[in-house]
This record gives sequence, C-alpha cells and structure tokens, in this order.
Amino acid sequence: MKKDIILAGVGGQGILSIAATIGTAALSTGLFLKQAEVHGMSQRGGDVQSNLRISDREIASDLIPQGKADMIISVEPMESLRYLPMLSPDGWLVTNTKPYINIRNYPEMDKLMAEIEAQPRHIALDADEIARQMGSPKSANMVILGAASPFLDIEYSSLQDAIRSIFRKKGDDVIQVNLDALEAGRNFTTGKLNSRT
Amino acid sequence: MQKLLLLGDEAIAQGAIDAGLSGIYAYPGTPSTEITEYVMHSKEAKSGKVVASWGANEKTAMEAALGMSYAGKRAMVCMKHVGLNVAADAFVNSAITGANGGLIVVAADDPSMHSSQNEQDSRFYGKFALIPILEPGNQQEAYDMVHYGFDLSEKYGIPVMLRITTRLAHSRSGVALKESRTQNEIRLPENLRQFILLPANARRQYKHLLTNQAAFISASETSPFNKLTDHKDKSIGIIACGLAYNYLVENFAGHEVPHPVLRIGQYPLPEKMVRDLYDSCDSLLVLEDGYPIAEELIRGFMNNGKPVKGRLDGTVPRDGELNPNIVARALGLADTRGRDIPAIVSSRPPSLCKGCPHIYSYNALNEALASLSKGRVFSDIGCYTLGALEPFDAINSCVDMGASITMAKGAADAGLVPAVAVIGDSTFTHSGMTGLLDAVISKSPITVMILDNATTAMTGGQNSAAVGKIEDICLAIGVEKEHIRILNPLQKHHEENLRIMMEEIAYPGVSVVIPRRECIQTAARRLREEKKKQETSKAEA
Ligand code: SF4
Repeated sequence: MKKDIILAGVGGQGILSIAATIGTAALSTGLFLKQAEVHGMSQRGGDVQSNLRISDREIASDLIPQGKADMIISVEPMESLRYLPMLSPDGWLVTNTKPYINIRNYPEMDKLMAEIEAQPRHIALDADEIARQMGSPKSANMVILGAASPFLDIEYSSLQDAIRSIFRKKGDDVIQVNLDALEAGRNFTTGKLNSRT
Repeated sequence: MQKLLLLGDEAIAQGAIDAGLSGIYAYPGTPSTEITEYVMHSKEAKSGKVVASWGANEKTAMEAALGMSYAGKRAMVCMKHVGLNVAADAFVNSAITGANGGLIVVAADDPSMHSSQNEQDSRFYGKFALIPILEPGNQQEAYDMVHYGFDLSEKYGIPVMLRITTRLAHSRSGVALKESRTQNEIRLPENLRQFILLPANARRQYKHLLTNQAAFISASETSPFNKLTDHKDKSIGIIACGLAYNYLVENFAGHEVPHPVLRIGQYPLPEKMVRDLYDSCDSLLVLEDGYPIAEELIRGFMNNGKPVKGRLDGTVPRDGELNPNIVARALGLADTRGRDIPAIVSSRPPSLCKGCPHIYSYNALNEALASLSKGRVFSDIGCYTLGALEPFDAINSCVDMGASITMAKGAADAGLVPAVAVIGDSTFTHSGMTGLLDAVISKSPITVMILDNATTAMTGGQNSAAVGKIEDICLAIGVEKEHIRILNPLQKHHEENLRIMMEEIAYPGVSVVIPRRECIQTAARRLREEKKKQETSKAEA
C-alpha cells in the first residue's frame, strides 16, 4: 500500500489539520509516513502545500516525484490546479470550490470551475457551505477530508479515531462536529461515485 | 522502542536533549527556528535546567555557545545559512580555539530560496573553518547525528557543523529515541590559555587544527554515515550527499540502485572511498543539495580524468533544490511530470496580514515621499520586506540584516537626500544599532523608521530583544530627543502620522520614527493564552 498526497491551500487555511488527521490514522495502523510542510514566508497568505506520503514500506524521499501523486486534496479551487504536474495520470483531484481571493488577478469563477470539471477524476464540493449548513463553519477542512476518504485506503474508522484523539482535549461536542463534517464530505463523494455507475 | 513523529528540526532538538545538552542559543531564522523552540517547550529540557535562549543575533548566540563549551558543557547553536555570515567571525575562530564541552553548530540552508535571499551552502563554511561536517539524510539520522556529533566534538576538541536544508528541517517522519544521557559537569579546559588567540598561541592552535585534518578524514572513512555499496552496472558511480540519496533511491522504488553508490553524511569527504568508487567506475555522477562542493573537489582543477557529472557540466541544474525528477533526468530515466498548470492559475505571493501595522506605516510613508523622486527607501529583513510587493511598492532594497540604515547612510553620502531606512524592532537590535551609530557620528541626513511590532514576526513571533528599549538605545547612541518620534500605525491616525513623517524626513540630520503597534498574530496568540490562563485559574478556584 502506498498513497502519495499533495495537500494544497493558502497560508492560514490550516491544511496541516488534514495532514495531522491522516497522519495519526496512518501511524495507528502501523504505516510509514513522511510529511514535508511549508513554513516561513509563504504562510502569510501565499500558496502552501504539503507532501504527505504513507506506505506499508519504508519511504525514501520526503518529496513526491512529479506525476506520481495519487491524490491532490485542496481546500481552495485555484490552488488545486497549481499542483497538476504532481498528479499521476489516474490520480484524483478533491477540492473545495469556495475561492480564497486575496489577489487582484484571481481567475473568473466559471473558467476556473471549467478547468476543474475538465479533470478526468475529480470531486469538487463547497465544503464551506456544507460546514456552514451544519452549523460548524470551522470544520470545512474535515468535510474536504471526508470527501477524499474513499480514495485513501485507510479504514474509515481509523480516521474517526484520529479525530477523536486529536480533538480529545476540546471535548465531546467538538469531536462530534468534526465527525459529522467528515461524514458529510464522505457522503458527498460516495453519492457522486454511485450516480456515475 | 519509542517512536515520535518529528520534523527534522525537532529531531535535532530532541537528539540534543537526549545527548546531554546544557545550552542552546539561536536567533530565529527559517528553516532553523523550530529547533530552539522545541527545546524551549520541552519539559525534559526544563527539568534538566537546559538553557534555551534567543540571542540578539547569530554572533552573540555562537559566542554564548562557545562560552558554555569552554566551561565543559555541551552546547548547540542554531541559525539559518545567512545567519552564519553574521556569526562567521566567532565560528571560524572557534575552530582555532577548539571546543571543550561538545559543541555543535547547526546551519540550516535554504536551496531554492523558499524563505531567504540566497542559497549559499554552509558546507563551504565548515570546510573553510577546517572542521568536520555532518549532513543527515533523514529525520532519524538528524536525531542520531547529534549524539554522534557531540562525541566527535569532545573526542577531537573541535566544534562540529550539522548542516541541514529546508526540506529536512520541515519534513516529518518517525524517529526512534535513544536512552538519554546526563549533562557534563563544569570542567574548564586543561590549558587555560587554549582560548586565547594571541598570535603565538593562535599559531600553535592552528597547527594543531591542521594536524587533526588527517584524523577528521579517517573519521569520515569509518563513519557509520558514509557507506559505499557496490553494484553491477559500473558505467556510472554515484556520490549522493545527504537528502540526495533519498531521491536516488526513490527512482528505483523497491529495487536496488543498479550502480555503485557512495552515500555521504560526514565530511571532510572520505578520500579513500571516493578513490575506490572512481577507480571502479567509468564515470561519476555527484548529487548534492546546494553548491557543487563535492563535485568541485573531485573534479579538481585539471579535470583530465574520467567524466565527472553534476551541477558543473549541466547534468543537474546549477541552482535550486534537488528532487526525485531532477535526479531521474540526471540518470537518463523517464521524466514522470504530469499535466501542465492551466494558464488561468495566477501566482499567489505572500502578503501582509489584514490589519498588520506595517500596512499603515507604508501607506503614510508612501504619501510622505510622494512629492520626491522614487528610489530612496532602504529596507531590511522581516514581514515588512513584503512592502516591496503590490499594492505598496514602497521599498527599494533588502540585502542583509541591518543593511537598511547603513545603505541609507551611504546613499545620503552620495547625495541622495533625503534617504529613508525601514527596519523592524528585532532586526534593529540584531544588527541595526551599530549602523545607527555610524549615521549619528557623520550626522547623515537620514530618517530611520523602526517598525516596532514587539516581536520577531516573520519567523512566527519569537521574543524580540528590543522590546521596551528602542528609545533608550537611540538616545544613548546620540539621536536627538526631539527627533525620536513615536506614532501609532492605525488608519485613524493617518493624517498625524503623515505630518510627523514629513517633518522628520525634512530634518537634515538623523531622525528616528517609531511606528509602534503589536503584530496582530502575536497579539491574537497572547489573548488566546491569557484567556486559557483565566479559564484554568477559574476552574481551579
Ligand atoms: S505576522 Fe504580524 S508583522 Fe507579520 S504581516 Fe502578519 S501582522 Fe504583520
């Protein structure tokens, strides 16, 4: 088993919370893990990414080779496309559709969506809206993770356990909100996949 | 065995704590900052009374570490690569004095300049100072090398450099810990003149350092971090330094590399191992992150032996960080790059946070200078360097820590009057104070804006040595009291701030303007921590 994942977003959007959840789940099942993060200047509202690698065998490189990533998980639509050179020809693109606009020349939304729709294997959802409707706008990242979960090759229950352990100190309510967000994202993707077949 | 998921930086910190560290000194700088922060937050370090402190700059940090080593205890000093330029005087001379307690100098390089103004390779400094260098290839080695490095340092009485790069510093992986060992007791050098570099003594010490070079090379030949592995295909032999080895292995996922490989983790280069590889192969490929230092050494001046490929002949790009694909191309393997980035994707440079005090300082400064020709603002290193970008376009230089003030002085000497310097509070106490003294002595017509946000913001909000001291420092240096002006960088004070700036820019001597408001990131963190404290004290009551 090997999953190479690019996590993408804008500095400050907290992509590392997704990485931490996958990482905790992977370690609890005895997998190897390497995770390269971006610290420093880009964290001030610039584009950020993290290379997350999990495998049942020892991992050599901290960086995923270009064209070998199994998945791009992005919390921002334009950022999801920035890492296409990393994605393998049969990899999945899972992205939030809610734009984060802090630059003047942000592309027009319909053109951006057309590019995303043109990707052979993609899941695009407005995670912010889903999280807002559930009354927990802060858990959009967990919605995205849920939407990516069917492709992860990690037991769903391990992801749930990871959320329980990460948010342990914050109490049962916070845990439940995040579990629900994870579930909502997962349902979105399974719905999409079922409607296709 | 206990395994922790650690960043490369954190592995070094934990390694130091477990190897009997007594003191760690640093000035924050990406990608090295997390090493010292980790020790500062470690309960083990606290209970062992390990000293962990930010120095005013890398030179003071290096000297404090040397002082601790003099007293016989184990010390570590951490900096980013350009910080070593600042510490260079102390660093190079510490090789001549030698170490007493184990001394490790961590230099964190930044190939591809993710957060830096250059990609200089610290291994050159290590070679220049004639000391051993360790270069970990993964997080586990980063941990293990600290223990090993302290032993090496104490065995030969020599500072040891630990060279890492951004990729390892900020990448996480599982690390198995060793038993921890106790700290050293105070034990002064046997020869109390060892650290006196008066010429007669320095000559003796230097000869001793030169004599030790052969021992350093033979330590490299037997080092557990240098390995020569033989394989069938001898058309090419590969030398892979540090992380480059991982990228090499990645390209043969699951299979062995078909060529003989010499993996390097300790310098000076193991001459015999390199010679054996060279003799047994038709050509060599050198893979190293940073400058082609190993490649240059192996190639030599005459370059008339077998082909040596690497960064110098274009097999590997001359600049930038290595990755698996660059290594694949160098080996003639297929490139796996995926689809291109669609043209509609715009670049997203970093920017000042919403509400950042610097925004209002730059808005006022731009307006204050609007009637003058452009190109007279010399800036420095920190969040405010982002004033170079849209929408501010407010500064004209960013070179090294402290250069704003001295470059403004030089430009004013040349006749560019008025000239303005923009520097942060922490950068000011790091390397700006001496330049201000120069300007005061020559009565230069410059205005120095010290943007005081009460923290070292760019690296994540470490304590700033300048807090509460800036006016006193400026006064003591000789800036006139009536030309030290403090303002609050907020939109509602814009008119007043503008007026003050214009007055001081018009003054034909040294003036200092201090826009003062806390960084909103540190302020938010402080409020969160205060709230937490209140809650816990409530819960306890
Ligand atoms: S971290 Fe602080 S100083 Fe830096 S841009 Fe943000 S608010 Fe400004």
